[in-house]
Amino acid sequence: MNIPSNLKYTASHEWAKVGSDGLLWIGITDAAQDMLGDLVYVGDFKVGAKLKAGETAGVVESVKAASDVYAPVDGEVAAFNDSLGSEPQQLNSAPYDAWIFKLKTSASIDGLLDAKAYEANVAASK
Amino acid sequence: MGKRTPLYDTHVASGAKIVDFGGWDMPVAYGSQIEEHHAVRRDAGMFDVSHMCPVDVTGADARIFLKRLVANNVDKLTQSGKALYACMLNHAGGVIDDLIIYFLRDDWFRVVVNASTADKDLAWMEKVRLDDGFAVTIKPRRDLAMIAVQGPNARAKFWQVRPATKVATEGLGAFFAAEVGELFVARTGYTGEDGFEVMLPTGRAAQLWTDLKAAGVAEAGLGARDTLRLEAGMNLYGNDMDEAISPLDAGLAWTVDLKSPRDFVGRAALERDGARLALVGLKLLDKGVLRAHQKVVTPAGDGEITSGTFSPTLGFSVAMARVPREVKLGDTVQVDIRGKLLPAQVVKMPFVRNGKALI
Repeated sequence: MNIPSNLKYTASHEWAKVGSDGLLWIGITDAAQDMLGDLVYVGDFKVGAKLKAGETAGVVESVKAASDVYAPVDGEVAAFNDSLGSEPQQLNSAPYDAWIFKLKTSASIDGLLDAKAYEANVAASK
Repeated sequence: MGKRTPLYDTHVASGAKIVDFGGWDMPVAYGSQIEEHHAVRRDAGMFDVSHMCPVDVTGADARIFLKRLVANNVDKLTQSGKALYACMLNHAGGVIDDLIIYFLRDDWFRVVVNASTADKDLAWMEKVRLDDGFAVTIKPRRDLAMIAVQGPNARAKFWQVRPATKVATEGLGAFFAAEVGELFVARTGYTGEDGFEVMLPTGRAAQLWTDLKAAGVAEAGLGARDTLRLEAGMNLYGNDMDEAISPLDAGLAWTVDLKSPRDFVGRAALERDGARLALVGLKLLDKGVLRAHQKVVTPAGDGEITSGTFSPTLGFSVAMARVPREVKLGDTVQVDIRGKLLPAQVVKMPFVRNGKALI
């Protein structure tokens, strides 16, 4: 299972990092894409939506199942990765390269899980 | 830990993701479910369906017992080896299970029932036998494994690894089976493609699987099996019908024989109630994925999706839905997907057959 040490994580299988544009980039983890299987739809993200930590930002759907994607911290949705609309399988092939949405936030991500804690979380959920 | 088929270790060694399916530990996919789906549509794939239960019905009353037991009429079976798809109903007309019946001899029929319903099916069959004192023996064949080899090249690849079976099976028409030594080879399936379902002694299953894999037959899991059967417009027990649903409300009227005067279990209820709802195909006209239990909004009233998925062959989402009978082919209905109403068109099923898109 690929869990890069330079990212922060949530128990609901999002990864997050502060990008070069100062926004918080958020995607789903390798473990998430592995559990879901082939992704076929990514959507419902609303640019401009103000979200509290833990609120639903949008959805990813595989052939098997639909899974909500949550805001890891309070913030405003600043961007959605449109290329995922036509090529959702990027989330299977390179989950850490394909951010799904960006949050404009002043909240700290220090409270999210580090790689080690996330790995323990994944192991415990198996 | 759930029940395991004789191929469980083979699946694990192939890296399969194992899930619980009706009490069985079964492979859902070995890698990409979509690639497995395409392999079956374009070439050949195989499924472990050993969790399903073959049941031999033998004895002098075998035929009249089955005429009582199921809603389709086994008198349609006159040639040895011929198969019939049928529903076994309760007295209220609900579907206890759907099954395939192979006619072998007048005193021997083989019935294949679903995995998760096998125990209740056997109990029900025994009850129907006792109620009327039929002279039959009902014997589950847990000593048999079953491998479905499906796809346009499936038969050729099977003959490549079991050449001795070719003479006896190359003349088999669709929905016919033959016993070839210790193998029972049926030209049936659940994918909408050509191929065989092969029953064999459990101890022989792993070798056949390995040989087929070496011949280039792709391993395919329950995930691909579900998208393939849905594209092929085939019902799934527990999703599209169950004990509270009549076959007439599940798109299965074609499997119910009301022409003969035969008194099968559930007949009175079907004649009293008639068809109340329709099972139709839906094509989603927007982005997203149709799923079971989503609400379908129509001018004639609400319905519900019974099975839905993203269709790998078509590249959009399709579904089966139970709706008011006023809903017609070509109508546009609305489906409630997480609070949003998205348009879907009522289309004819199957959606895909023999590798070709039909909608």
